[in-house]
Amino acid sequence: MFDIKQVYEPMCLKSALEIYQNNPHLTIIAGGTDVLINLRHGKYEEVELLSLQKIKGLDEIKILEDGTIEIGALTTFTKIFRNDIINKHVPILAEAAVSMGGPQIRNIATIGGNICNGAVSADSAPALFTLNALLYLETANASRTIPITEFYAGPGRVKLQPGEILTKILITKDNYENFKGKYFKFSNRKAMDIAMIGVAVLLNTTDNKVNDLRIALGVSAPTPIRCQEAEKTSLGLELTEENMKRISELTILDAKPRDSWRGSKAYREHLIKVLTYRALRELRGNK
Amino acid sequence: MDELKRKISFNVNDEQVSLEVDIRTSLLEVLRNELHLTGVKQGCGVGECGACTVLIDGEPIDSCIYLAIWADGKTITTVEGLAKNGKLSKVQEAYVNEGAIQCGFCTPGLVLTTTALVEKGEQLTDEEIKREISGHFCRCTGYQKIFMAVKKVLEDK
Amino acid sequence: MSYRVIGKEVKRVDAVNKVTGKAKFTDDFFERDMLIGKVLRSPYAHAKIKNINVDKAKALEGVVEVLTYKDLPNIKYATAGHPYSLDPKHRDVADRTILTDKARHVGDSIAIVIAKDELIAEKALKLIEVDYEVLPFVLDPEKAMEPGAPIIHDDRPNNVISSVGQEFGNVDEDFKNADYVFTGEYETSVVQHCHLENHTAYAYMENDRIVIVSSTQIPHIARRIVAEALGLPWGKVRVIKPYIGGGFGNKQEVIVEPMVAAMTLAVNGRPVRYTMTREESFIATRTRHAMKFYMKTAVTKDHKLQAIHIKAISNNGAYASHGHSIIMSAISKFRPLYNFKSFKAEPKTVYTNLPSAGAMRGYGVPQIFFALESHLDDIAKKLNIDPIEFRMNNVIQAGHVDPISKLTVRTFGIPECIKKGKELIKWDEKQELYKNQTGEKRRGLGMACFSYFSGTYPVCLEVAGCRIAMNQDGSVQLMLGATEIGQGADTVFTQMAAEAIGIPVDMVHIISTQDTDVAPFDTGAYASRQTYITGAAVKQAAIEVKKQVLEIASRKTGLKVENLDIVDGKIIEVGLNRLICDISEIALEAFYDRIDSKPITSDTSVNVRTNAIAYGVSFAEVEVDMLTGQIEVLHLINVHDSGTIINPILAEGQVHGGVSMSLGAALSERLMFDERTGAPLNNNLLDYKLQTIMDTPNIEAHFVELPDPTGAFGQKSLGENPTISPAPAVRNAVLDATGVAFNKIPMNPQSVFEKFKEEGLL
Repeated sequence: MFDIKQVYEPMCLKSALEIYQNNPHLTIIAGGTDVLINLRHGKYEEVELLSLQKIKGLDEIKILEDGTIEIGALTTFTKIFRNDIINKHVPILAEAAVSMGGPQIRNIATIGGNICNGAVSADSAPALFTLNALLYLETANASRTIPITEFYAGPGRVKLQPGEILTKILITKDNYENFKGKYFKFSNRKAMDIAMIGVAVLLNTTDNKVNDLRIALGVSAPTPIRCQEAEKTSLGLELTEENMKRISELTILDAKPRDSWRGSKAYREHLIKVLTYRALRELRGNK
Repeated sequence: MDELKRKISFNVNDEQVSLEVDIRTSLLEVLRNELHLTGVKQGCGVGECGACTVLIDGEPIDSCIYLAIWADGKTITTVEGLAKNGKLSKVQEAYVNEGAIQCGFCTPGLVLTTTALVEKGEQLTDEEIKREISGHFCRCTGYQKIFMAVKKVLEDK
Repeated sequence: MSYRVIGKEVKRVDAVNKVTGKAKFTDDFFERDMLIGKVLRSPYAHAKIKNINVDKAKALEGVVEVLTYKDLPNIKYATAGHPYSLDPKHRDVADRTILTDKARHVGDSIAIVIAKDELIAEKALKLIEVDYEVLPFVLDPEKAMEPGAPIIHDDRPNNVISSVGQEFGNVDEDFKNADYVFTGEYETSVVQHCHLENHTAYAYMENDRIVIVSSTQIPHIARRIVAEALGLPWGKVRVIKPYIGGGFGNKQEVIVEPMVAAMTLAVNGRPVRYTMTREESFIATRTRHAMKFYMKTAVTKDHKLQAIHIKAISNNGAYASHGHSIIMSAISKFRPLYNFKSFKAEPKTVYTNLPSAGAMRGYGVPQIFFALESHLDDIAKKLNIDPIEFRMNNVIQAGHVDPISKLTVRTFGIPECIKKGKELIKWDEKQELYKNQTGEKRRGLGMACFSYFSGTYPVCLEVAGCRIAMNQDGSVQLMLGATEIGQGADTVFTQMAAEAIGIPVDMVHIISTQDTDVAPFDTGAYASRQTYITGAAVKQAAIEVKKQVLEIASRKTGLKVENLDIVDGKIIEVGLNRLICDISEIALEAFYDRIDSKPITSDTSVNVRTNAIAYGVSFAEVEVDMLTGQIEVLHLINVHDSGTIINPILAEGQVHGGVSMSLGAALSERLMFDERTGAPLNNNLLDYKLQTIMDTPNIEAHFVELPDPTGAFGQKSLGENPTISPAPAVRNAVLDATGVAFNKIPMNPQSVFEKFKEEGLL
């Protein structure tokens, strides 16, 4: 049994937003794979939940007229991983999705929940950071859009206003067209694990020269981050062995991994470099 | 106390069930304690082992981290619902024949995940088979015979 | 010897029950008015309880009772699942009470709440006010032995539980005369059983007796220990063991049973259930002893092993549990494998403020073989000789008698096992292929051997009972005190009974549940003893049944008993192969003959005073990522000499599971503790890196069958054996691939990275 005092189960988004507006102390629960585990570990007492389970229509993936990919916040990781639009246009996100937990968790955990719980190890975050994903946030009477790169506030903290619910994730066409991507999740196990390091690399080249390179890291700082220095330096560079090594080395200027029993700072820094290099090598192909 | 109770109905193993559940309970607790479907096992209570897996609308889900009230309107299959008229399902037969069972605690969950795979009917590589059943820990078998059972039943289809 | 049922791929007798969800485990029984028990656990590694106030917890609505050490008898008892010994000196160290007034590790049992439901019980735990006097603690056994270290148990001021060792020959002399002397240090980590079903039990009272339903490997021993812990006559306790969700030695410990017994006693016999959470299970049951070995070995110029001197330290944690028995098992069971002229082992088993270590599949032997087999590869490398030839040059032969235990090796399959394994993994071909690698990913091969015992003789008593009763249709009920814990015991006993009586397997109905009120006496599932020891009892009882059947047939037909036999449930005349009648006709006579009625039954017990040494080898092929430090096992082959294999499919299953457990210990599993607090860091299945199916390589199981004359059907042990040699084989393969000798497991990516740095590879 969970230490729950009340569960609201609105049938539509509008009613969810209204309930939340009137009861900002509620804890939002979507797939439940974080909230219920935290409850089991005694992190909440007599919690009041606002369950989004019964809301329809927020689990769809579509391409809008301008080519923007729209992902409903309640879309499960399984659905993302199996979705044709995702696999065709942003396969890096499919890679990230299937790396998360195990099948049963992916069948219920939502991408919105993964973003909003603010975990530094969130498997969707590095890929979404490279894609410059936009988050569409709604309250009962307003809405706003914020880049995911500005959404995180610290470990386990995101910039949601009272009464605000993440409803959609948007990826505009200029952020995926002509890009190739690679996500490396480094963990001790090949399944059912959390990342020791996550490295997402998104690359756009012409004749092996970098037009646009984006490198995002998970578990490398208090929030997921982009490697600004490496990205800036890479512009216009040819992806030679030497340059790929150089770019990989520069990731360390932005990464601030910490020492913990899950992995040392030194090892994490090493992995960031190795995995960035390997991602570049793979994306570049045989040159 | 009544505000902690909620009436729900769902289909479990081809039977329609209506009951009042405590909003604080997991689906696992309702299946085991109210409906006595004790084939649903608890190994960790936090979605890390897969022993509590049931099929909800055909998808394998950890019932230990699924609120019972969410089952309202759903179709649920537990291991008790697989054998029909006393005859084992193909998946169950494969587990028996391949020697994929030892202590039996992880078996119900694995059999259900395998059943979902068979029903989806996709062609899977060995790696994909492993990925699809990777949400189940088994400490007895080293997974070898489980893998063979799944592979066999997917091929025999 | 040709058998009709032994050696055949008979399907598990419990498979259908388990695959349909019908098999009932301890938590699957419901009792009216069942209460829930929960245990308050110490947040400190070492602390005296100055004061404990349970008033607020008791006042919470729904709480029925709260217990502390003050409410329970102050009796010290031992939890290890060993047979009782009439010799007080041979008993386990009795060093714990059900609830304690001094916490000795994070997770120690401080108080019990009994409540109407789990949530109320959990809330009540938070209301118990404990005033702790926090004491200095020690996690490292070498530090625990230093003067001035915190004293964990007053009667052992140096924290050493025991330092009894063994020796034969004259090591000093042999080292003095040695051509070469090699030394090495090897270390293993704390790992855990991780059976999928956590420890769980419930208890209630019937009149003045306590009935306990428990997930245990050892019902008869559990009954005795519960009675000891509560100061009750042993007959007042009844233990029932239904299906169990794995044990691996952790349920060869009596942990939750005394607690639930105390709980039901406190609430006037109402049923109370106590099921551990996974997080509790990691810290409040048992672990595998982390051990450190200092090996010193003398070798001659022609590469013969001469002397071995082993100093070893076993980190026992806070309570003795199996204590020194584990490292004694290690230094005994590794001996009948290589020829040493002299041997000396100086082991120390030491208390620390970690959760208690106890029995775990292999019982100390995986640790010593990690050290020994790593050491042998290190020596071979230094001598620049082939590690397999080195071993073959030094193995014993059948007929070998151990100088200390006096056990005789009657069958010795190591040479055949090595030959087979070497061929299967394509050793020579791949050795050639993997020479001079320089890439980012490098491959290598490694192997390791082991020896293991079948049961505990001559250290402990090996007694097993069996009762067989024939039904009117000629089928039989097979009743045992030995337990099915997933390994397939019920199936092999069924096969043995069918074989020895001469009936088909489906005419044997085994009672899977052990109830100490009715099950014959047997000490239970541990030490890989049941197939060998209980198997002898099954055969004896079956022969007795057969004799009774044939006597009736003889009376009926006038033929001599010697001329009659039972084949596939039919009575036949031997030689002529003439069918006389179905066995059911004899059974009916036995039941209902107006003059001679005497239903056919046998109730026997054996005291086995032999041991059969089992052997095996592991061959591993690995690929090491030289940049990330990830080690991938590509292929693992185990070849076992376990005598006659009773059921190949079950035997393979044992090997697969044991190998996978050893691979976990080699590569990823380690229970970690915060050095600043002694608190566990990863006591859950997310952070404790049990391997998933995606991490597990193709594991092959093969057997070399040399029937042992002391096994009822030629069988030797197998259950624990596969857990011994894979870890050193993988370690040796990594050495082969990288040139780096890892002397500590697990070789997880973080530790590989550190070692590569140290070696200048990164």
